[in-house]
Amino acid sequence: MRYLPLTNLDRVDMLATIGAKTVDDFYQDVPEFARLSGTIHGLPDHQGELAVERHLAKLAALNTAASDGPFFVGCGAYKHHVPASVDMIIQRSEFLTTYTPYQPEIAQGTLQTLFEFQTQVAAMTAMDVANASMYDGSTACAEAALMACRATRRKKVVLSGGVHPHYGAATRLLCEAQGIEVVQLPSAVDGEVELIAALDDATACVIGQSPNVFGTVTDMSDIADAAHEKKALFVSVFTEAVSLGLITPPGEMGADIAVGEGQSIGNSLNFGGPYVGLFACTQKLTRQMPGRLCGQTVDAEDKRGFVLTLSTREQHIRRDKATSNICTNSGLCALAFTAHMTLLGGKGLHDLAVLNHEAACDLADALADIPGVEILTPRFFNEFALRTPLDAEAVLTMLDERGILGGVRASRLLEGGAMGDVIIAAATECTSPEDITAYADALREIV
Amino acid sequence: MTMNATGRPTTPQISDAHAMTTMSGSRGLLQDVGLIFEIGSPEKTGVDLPALSGRADRLGGVTRKTQTGLPGLSEPEAVRHYVRLSQRNYAIDLGLFPLGSCTMKHNPRLNEKIARLPGFADIHPLQPQRTVQGALALIDELATWLKTLTGMPAVAMSPKAGAHGELCGMLAIRAALQARGQGEIRKRVLVPESAHGTNPATAVQCGFVVDEIKANARGRVDMDDLRAKLESSDDIAGIMLTNPNTCGLFETDIKEIADLIHNAGGYFYCDGANFNAIVGRVRPGDLGVDAMHINLHKTFSTPHGGGGPGSGPTVLSDALAPYAPVPFVIKNDDGFRLVESVAKDGAQSFGRMVAFHGQMGMFTRALAYMLSHGTDGLKQVAEDAVLNANYIQARLKHVMTPAFDGYCMHEALFSDAFTAEGIETMDIAKALIDEGYHPMTMYFPLVVHGAMLIEPTETESKQELDRFCASLESIARRAGQGDESLKTAPHLAPMKRLDETQAARKPILKWSPPAPQAVAAE
Repeated sequence: MRYLPLTNLDRVDMLATIGAKTVDDFYQDVPEFARLSGTIHGLPDHQGELAVERHLAKLAALNTAASDGPFFVGCGAYKHHVPASVDMIIQRSEFLTTYTPYQPEIAQGTLQTLFEFQTQVAAMTAMDVANASMYDGSTACAEAALMACRATRRKKVVLSGGVHPHYGAATRLLCEAQGIEVVQLPSAVDGEVELIAALDDATACVIGQSPNVFGTVTDMSDIADAAHEKKALFVSVFTEAVSLGLITPPGEMGADIAVGEGQSIGNSLNFGGPYVGLFACTQKLTRQMPGRLCGQTVDAEDKRGFVLTLSTREQHIRRDKATSNICTNSGLCALAFTAHMTLLGGKGLHDLAVLNHEAACDLADALADIPGVEILTPRFFNEFALRTPLDAEAVLTMLDERGILGGVRASRLLEGGAMGDVIIAAATECTSPEDITAYADALREIV
Repeated sequence: MTMNATGRPTTPQISDAHAMTTMSGSRGLLQDVGLIFEIGSPEKTGVDLPALSGRADRLGGVTRKTQTGLPGLSEPEAVRHYVRLSQRNYAIDLGLFPLGSCTMKHNPRLNEKIARLPGFADIHPLQPQRTVQGALALIDELATWLKTLTGMPAVAMSPKAGAHGELCGMLAIRAALQARGQGEIRKRVLVPESAHGTNPATAVQCGFVVDEIKANARGRVDMDDLRAKLESSDDIAGIMLTNPNTCGLFETDIKEIADLIHNAGGYFYCDGANFNAIVGRVRPGDLGVDAMHINLHKTFSTPHGGGGPGSGPTVLSDALAPYAPVPFVIKNDDGFRLVESVAKDGAQSFGRMVAFHGQMGMFTRALAYMLSHGTDGLKQVAEDAVLNANYIQARLKHVMTPAFDGYCMHEALFSDAFTAEGIETMDIAKALIDEGYHPMTMYFPLVVHGAMLIEPTETESKQELDRFCASLESIARRAGQGDESLKTAPHLAPMKRLDETQAARKPILKWSPPAPQAVAAE
């Protein structure tokens, strides 16, 4: 067994040192009826690398990868190019196989990259401070709602009809468990502004998204102003981090808390996880934040160094009074994000965002030309909703039969399967002009 | 000074290498490294992008007013920056990492290779389900392993980490209580004072009230205290209990605890953080557990990555299974299908915890690990983990103070009773760094004074354990004698002790450009 260094001779030696007869002695406290004799039935015995790899490669081969053909699926996870050096960096043993940096003298590698990550996220979102990451965008959104309730001592949260439905569901679940009222506005392609009318004196926060799940970009400054007038907070959500290079970021709209998904930068699609939740807020709210925070300090020789800080917010110190139960975050995904951002730089991020936008504009033009096809999203970044005369699921199946993954049917995400004829399609820097032509030609044939 | 045959000195001439300073700030192989904001520039980039077409935009004026101003680096500079930083980290691949309750075992590289196959890494969570049948089959196969190893009928795969799995289990309990019409009455959750901080934090996040139960002198649940807490039990929602517990001990009365809780109308949440001690030898399902999360990043070897990503699938009993969160995978004649909505097949589900379907990248790694070990190997994993911990306890019990009598499970727990006045657990931990080891878990569990919790895992050889024991033994002796040099350890690490108080008092949480030098009067 290749992962087990002890030999039988070692085991005998060690038992003698301990003064035990067999390892069974160590399991004496287990009630007798629960002690298993032999191995657990119904599972295979150990196998070599070759056999394991063959079995799993067979399963992998049953899936269609995003790179296998024209690909337009988005809605919260995006196919981007990740530089080869990013994957090399996160596979460094010292990053991959280390723990949460509780011992800062021998964890400056992780700590400094977290400090760089926090600085980058704060700059990209135009917010004062950012934490060292959350599990993903949806859980970051849920935690933002709870944080707003703590900060305002109010118990009502309003979600726009453009917030990603999975984010809405995750937020609703956590809030309702704590007796917080959640108002979900009806799904709307371009309805973030409806949040203003939903505000009242009991509202802890309103949550809007740009680009929203239908791709619509919105300047939500008026929503922030209206929220502040009612002494409520404004939470700004994004699911496409690349958009921050081009569109109005949360901080420029007056957001109190900005949360989103960072997968697009440095991370693969991975069928939905692991991803990296981004979480930023104003200076004033820092001590209400969930999750790990890395801060600068000095060592005993006055050398600059970094430590995890403000841990009095956290579960391992505060236990039942903690701001959140979060313990692990997404350290390695945050490192991938930071390494990719370092390669891009601010200008690279901007240009990458423009490339994404241009690809989406070209796609929208090509599809809008098809009789019967209507583009529903008025202003977009790299994703938009379109309506065809046919059922969206049927259209996507026919596209798939032609080797094209054409997007997400809105009804897969929306409650009650609404908008059955709507497809949400995304384009990125990976989308070639040939891909766009293939999509347009196929869709013309279908509708 | 000793000389070799050619008359050159064999020992360094400067006895205290640390007294030496260098022009570069580097020290031999350890390179000085600034922040990217100090070494990068907005003109530099490590990616070559195609030319922009310059076509009219469709943003409707929703554009960024101020650019991020973030610096970039060329690829060689970026690679060097992060490799230099990496050299300031300790890691399992460098040596024993004895953090108790964290199960820092070897991370097999086959798992990394499998996770990167395009058929797993390059698939989108919202692709049509017929294009991801292999991924759904993998989730189903991993679920079968988890259910079989734990002897439980159901598993929720979507929780993102251990604490998220706790949330899943406790939300399932909440849903079950609500279905019985007792959701508003049964609010009290019993949690041992030795529990991980996530347990009480999770209970509160689910709207429960925490009631602490005491440990007895043997490091187990105090049954008298438990019975007293259950005397009036109309408000009992359940118990959150780690087993093996955070003292590294198996809860002897586990079945009775489960029965007491069930008779009181509550549910039994088991924190599965320490499953590595019993995998393949004991099935939690046989002990009356209703819900238990499994840290794939502990027992099943997925890398800790410097603080995540983790993964926390949560097994559920028949009583809780109907309330499992969406999504889940079911198998029918046409293959596998994801149930994503609470509307139809998931009518009783308590809802959705997270976007998409869980930590697929961790599932692939964990399954590769399980297939590699097999059911026979996993049993050996538990036995070797427990043997290694007991070996450490036996080797060190003469110089350190075991917190409790008898054998331990997969981790050995010591108190600081053996140290001289003025020497603390922290000093021993930091001295281990000088010896080339990561410290053990310190000051946890809270029920033991100056606790030192040592979990070697099964992936350490006897030679490595002997080296480690020799180091810790020598430190323990120095601690017993009151050696003052321990107070300033580590002496040989890249950094000296860091000032955590200053960091918290005036938090600096991001880099800011240095303030411009004061300009002389104009």
